[in-house]
Amino acid sequence: MKINNIGYLLKEGIRGIFLHGFRSFVAVFITVASLIVVGVFACLTYNVSLIIQDLNKTNEVLVFVDETYTDAEARSVGTLINKVENVHKATFVSREEALEDFIADHGGSEAFVGVDANPLRHRYVVQLQDNSQITKTVAQLERVKGVAKISAAYELAEGFTTLQNVLQVVSVMVTGILLIVSLLMISNTVKLAMYDRKDEIFIMKMVGATNNFIRMPYVVEGFILGMTSAALALGLLWVLYDWMLAQLSVVDTMQLLDFVPFDQLLVPMSITFGGAGLLVGVTGGGASIRKFMNV
Amino acid sequence: MIEFNDVVKSYSVGNRALKGVSMQIQDGEFAFLVGRSGSGKSTIMKLITGELKPTSGTIHVNGYSLNRIRKREIPYLRRTVGTVFQDFRLIENKTVYDNVAFVMRAIGAREREIRERVPYVLELVGLDTKTRRHPSELSGGEQQRLAIARALVNNPSTIIADEPTGNLDAERAEEIMSLLMEINNLGTTMLVVTHARELVERFQKRVIAIEDGLIISDGMDRYYSNEDK
Repeated sequence: MKINNIGYLLKEGIRGIFLHGFRSFVAVFITVASLIVVGVFACLTYNVSLIIQDLNKTNEVLVFVDETYTDAEARSVGTLINKVENVHKATFVSREEALEDFIADHGGSEAFVGVDANPLRHRYVVQLQDNSQITKTVAQLERVKGVAKISAAYELAEGFTTLQNVLQVVSVMVTGILLIVSLLMISNTVKLAMYDRKDEIFIMKMVGATNNFIRMPYVVEGFILGMTSAALALGLLWVLYDWMLAQLSVVDTMQLLDFVPFDQLLVPMSITFGGAGLLVGVTGGGASIRKFMNV
Repeated sequence: MIEFNDVVKSYSVGNRALKGVSMQIQDGEFAFLVGRSGSGKSTIMKLITGELKPTSGTIHVNGYSLNRIRKREIPYLRRTVGTVFQDFRLIENKTVYDNVAFVMRAIGAREREIRERVPYVLELVGLDTKTRRHPSELSGGEQQRLAIARALVNNPSTIIADEPTGNLDAERAEEIMSLLMEINNLGTTMLVVTHARELVERFQKRVIAIEDGLIISDGMDRYYSNEDK
């Protein structure tokens, strides 16, 4: 393709959009709607993942040390615990600290004043790197010398993992379906435009235009439709997201959860939407012409 | 030059459109291709433009061997062969000027070349005063002249015209034939497919007659079909 054709090809691509204004509008509208739904799911999945990560940190495994161990021996068990795979951090809590925590949890009741800490065990509060591996990690911790007992909230950890997995699967499925819908819409718009211009394409083929030359205006048309949709969807998603955060910020229970501001999502979202717009537009535009090229 | 050697074209088993056609049209020659509907004329046209490939035999057109031609070479073959259709195939939403200019753009011509060449070709076919009209504003004869201008503008060495006078009255048909002769006189090889026996006989050029997929006569004489004999 020659450089002096680029202006012509761009002009033809833009002309195609306005020649079938309503169809182009419908294609952009559906793509914008699809991208917004995809974006909402992506934002939701991302925020939920962060919240789950935070919750995971509070989902701790309690490792009790054999009560016959001296203070020094109990402290040395921590080295072995930290060596276990998937252990993020093991914090030592002496039996005295455990008693203080217990009293504090019960409102500092005077009923516990003078109670001996000896019946309690030294313990470690262990945070895991990956909560989905909790069963395996607990089994490994049980084999550590000096460990007497382990207390772990398996169901809570597995619940978090399941929730995260379900969200990811749903998100991928919704994204896939909506991208295909958008692709078909743009492809159909370009195909109808091409059907109207099939005589022109036939003549171009017969006078010796190359397939790339014929295809390019339709690819340009698809590209412009895709990128316009991506830009509009990004802007609207930004507004929608900020509005949702404002609404959530006045709900008391929601204030416990940290949502990421959209500024932090802007770059990945721009790349994702731009990529989706490019993919949907160029693939939709380019693929639709194949049938008409067979002359 | 167009050269067919024992060309067979089958569309399906037992349906042979061409049954061994051999012919040669030299550079700068003018030839009529005549025959009834279904005799194989359209198949010959489509083989020349690379729309179809022969089942067997060899075809050479303007230096391209069409048996071995690659798909990506076909546009370059077509740049050497201008095509005129019976139904004109003009683009309604383009002006006379743009109908011709767009085929130059389609092969990557520069705007300056287009501005120089299009008016020249439109003048040659007598449409230089109607450049801003649309095809629907032209008479049938003018529309066919525009189609000829479009076939001519990329300066092909060969023009093939498929029933170029089929939709025209006798007077316009003669005008178009005269125009094709004029273009041939400028050095362009011309192959005209037609039913118009009166025109063929009047212009005294080579006539290739085809019937049922076979060439039944080829020469300057009046052609005969089996039914005529």
